[in-house]
Amino acid sequence: MTLADADMLLEASDVSKTYGAVVALKSASLAVRPGEVHALMGANGAGKSTLVKILTGAVRPDSGRVVVRGRERRVHSPAEARRNGVLSVYQEPSLIPDLDIRSNLRLTETPLEPFRHWLNELGLERLEMSRDAREVPLAAQRVIDLARALAIEPDVLLLDELTAALPANLTERVLEVIGRLRGGERSVIFISHRMIEIAAVCDRATVLREGQTVAVVDVGTGSEERIVGAMLGELASEVAASGGAKAATARPAGATPRLSVRQLAAGARLSDVSFDVYPGEVIGVVALEGQGQDELFDVLSGSERSTAGQVLVDGSAASFRHPADAIRAGLVYVAADRAEALLMQRPVRENIALPSAARVRDWGLINLRDERKRVNEAVATLQIDARAGAEVRRLSGGNQQKVTIARWVAGGVRTMLCFDPTRGIDIRTKGQIYALLRDLAAGGAAVLLYTSDLKEIQLACDRAVVIFGGRVVAELPAADADEQALLRAAYDLRSDAPMPEELAAEAVAADAAAAEAASEPAVPPETPAP
Amino acid sequence: MTATATADTTRPDPVARVIAFVRGEAWLLGLLGLLAALLLFTKAIQPNYGATGIQGLALSVLPLALAAVAQAVVVVSGGIDLSIGSMIALTNVVAATQMLGHGPEYAIVVAIGVLLLGTAIGAVNGAVIVATRVADIIVTLAMSFVWAGCALLVLTAPGGSATPWLIALVTGALGNEWLPRGAVALLLVTGLIWIPVKRSRLGLALYAVGSNELAAFRSGVSVGRTKIIAYALTGLFSAFGGLAVTAVTGVGNPLPGGYTLTSVAAVVLGGVSLAGGRGGVLGPILAVIILAQIRTDMTFLSLNPNLATVAQGAILIGVVMLGSLAQLRRVRG
Repeated sequence: MTLADADMLLEASDVSKTYGAVVALKSASLAVRPGEVHALMGANGAGKSTLVKILTGAVRPDSGRVVVRGRERRVHSPAEARRNGVLSVYQEPSLIPDLDIRSNLRLTETPLEPFRHWLNELGLERLEMSRDAREVPLAAQRVIDLARALAIEPDVLLLDELTAALPANLTERVLEVIGRLRGGERSVIFISHRMIEIAAVCDRATVLREGQTVAVVDVGTGSEERIVGAMLGELASEVAASGGAKAATARPAGATPRLSVRQLAAGARLSDVSFDVYPGEVIGVVALEGQGQDELFDVLSGSERSTAGQVLVDGSAASFRHPADAIRAGLVYVAADRAEALLMQRPVRENIALPSAARVRDWGLINLRDERKRVNEAVATLQIDARAGAEVRRLSGGNQQKVTIARWVAGGVRTMLCFDPTRGIDIRTKGQIYALLRDLAAGGAAVLLYTSDLKEIQLACDRAVVIFGGRVVAELPAADADEQALLRAAYDLRSDAPMPEELAAEAVAADAAAAEAASEPAVPPETPAP
Repeated sequence: MTATATADTTRPDPVARVIAFVRGEAWLLGLLGLLAALLLFTKAIQPNYGATGIQGLALSVLPLALAAVAQAVVVVSGGIDLSIGSMIALTNVVAATQMLGHGPEYAIVVAIGVLLLGTAIGAVNGAVIVATRVADIIVTLAMSFVWAGCALLVLTAPGGSATPWLIALVTGALGNEWLPRGAVALLLVTGLIWIPVKRSRLGLALYAVGSNELAAFRSGVSVGRTKIIAYALTGLFSAFGGLAVTAVTGVGNPLPGGYTLTSVAAVVLGGVSLAGGRGGVLGPILAVIILAQIRTDMTFLSLNPNLATVAQGAILIGVVMLGSLAQLRRVRG
């Protein structure tokens, strides 16, 4: 038995953990140098979350050891881990919603001055400390979480999918601040699905696959390929093929758009949006957080009513008072938040069957044979691993998202509205989802795809519509819609103009203000029965 | 990996099916085991316990079992109804007063009318909840006073009577002495209403709304309508409960018995999640029988019957705790 490498700030070796029959971690190891930003990578289910929980003391490993600053450490709770210098910012915001920011800080014994400092660095200098946490927009909450963690000055800071829910502008600030920590005393363990972020801030990357550490990669030119290769193992080629599948659109002249939106306005943020989606097309929607895209999708899916403008389906005007109306008109909605879309405690079968059987007006018994056939087809089409199908909540995130799509595919799709469907999903499932959207389009469906991952536009879409301040500011063919161009458009910058720092800050402030203005209950869960 | 998974869903092998069934219905099977053990225990301490005892048991649990079914329906859909006891009292006094001094044919009309009345007042509960968006627990608590007051308006003191065929429907045995009419009536009423509901789109909508209201709404389910129907069904089963009380006691009593809270206890003990979306009606029925049998056994052991109430509470906590422990072990391994 060798002593831990004294150069390492944190070293976990041969960590294993089984849950019943499921092996979450077989033999994972992770070594973090002082002053390093270290990426922890792996497809969903590779064991990342389990390793994070072990490092933060939320879960005890079956075997293996964790050494911090050369001393072996056994912790039994996150509080203990924190005293040992390991602190985590989790995927979900950890502010207590009913307390104001100041009380939240007091609760975690966060020093106020450093917190202020980091908040400024992160571009949230205008935050009012007396506001209740529930009134603060989600993205700002994530930033507050980060500032709080930085202020506590842990030896090792764990950031678990911190950027997943952040708009592009805040992500930039966050990455910049994390980048500045490099070379200091402290280390960061950074978990993200976005390769570009890894390339931007990380020194090295540890890759997990099926509960084992399969590679430790120095991040640099060409490391992306190696990381992806290690994450996917033998699957790499398949994903590359399906992810890149993109059809050239040949739209017949004079065709009627499946969905036309004309001067649509709703709520406080959506003011004037027009575009067309033709059958066979995947249209990407790009926007910074809070530019009206939520309202747009809520109106189109029948959850919210528009205040002005028109929605045309197959050329004739449509208005939806209830999601059931939208579904009947062929507009189906896939949400980013799977908890909003799924019946977590119910079986896969019921979840897939629900939308096609949703109308209470039809009193008849459900034809179970028909239903089973449709469900099985959908499960096969989407390659859902339904072994844990008795309760959807036991499926992995990627498989859950596939179920949310499968439930619509089972009934035949005419128009699919996808709101950030790949958020927090592993790269392999992402590839499958892109391929599926392309397949649906090839089969004559129209797809509207909002995404916070700008890369997806070129991977899955034919055109991109960019929304800023509730208006369409640009419409680009996929060929021109690289991340650079999209980001510029999303900030409403001319293509040649520089992107000054203060403009970004302004956008952040405007974003925060807009989010604040509209953070009131977004959708009443119920419209009165007519 | 995906290939086997798909094969699993299309044609599961019999062993896996049995395992899945046992896992899925573990709570129900546990209750059945508990009941069997209790009956064996009863036989051990009271050797002459037999068919008569079973008949008595079936008769005595009938109203409460129907109350538990009523509660289960609404809890599955994510609500709760604290007015079940009052609805039982109201339908009971209406039935007893209207049947008094009339022939058996007229009593049929009364019975149907009472069931419609129950459905209607249940629907009123649901409509108030949906229309005002006041919390269900508050609305039904308030409505429990309303319906209890109405019951007192109909009848100020116990009175009225039950028509003979109604009493005959639930007392004694059907053919074999081991087959109490009360149990048959309970299974018929519950089965004929609940099974078609559960198999229909309405059933799916009930579970969907209970499981995740927003997801159900987004899936095109009319949440309000589904809730109103759930409360109407609860009213209907409460009316059956009211008729059962009439049949079992032979009179109408305007003061609600302890049905409301015991029905909540039975629902919890019966494996229905108070958060909604999980469970069925069979578990609560078994739970009611178990609770009643414990009380009987305590009488056989000549213990203070009030101890039975204490025991009921302890068992409720114990069983639910064991259940969550078992679930935790399954999740954590």
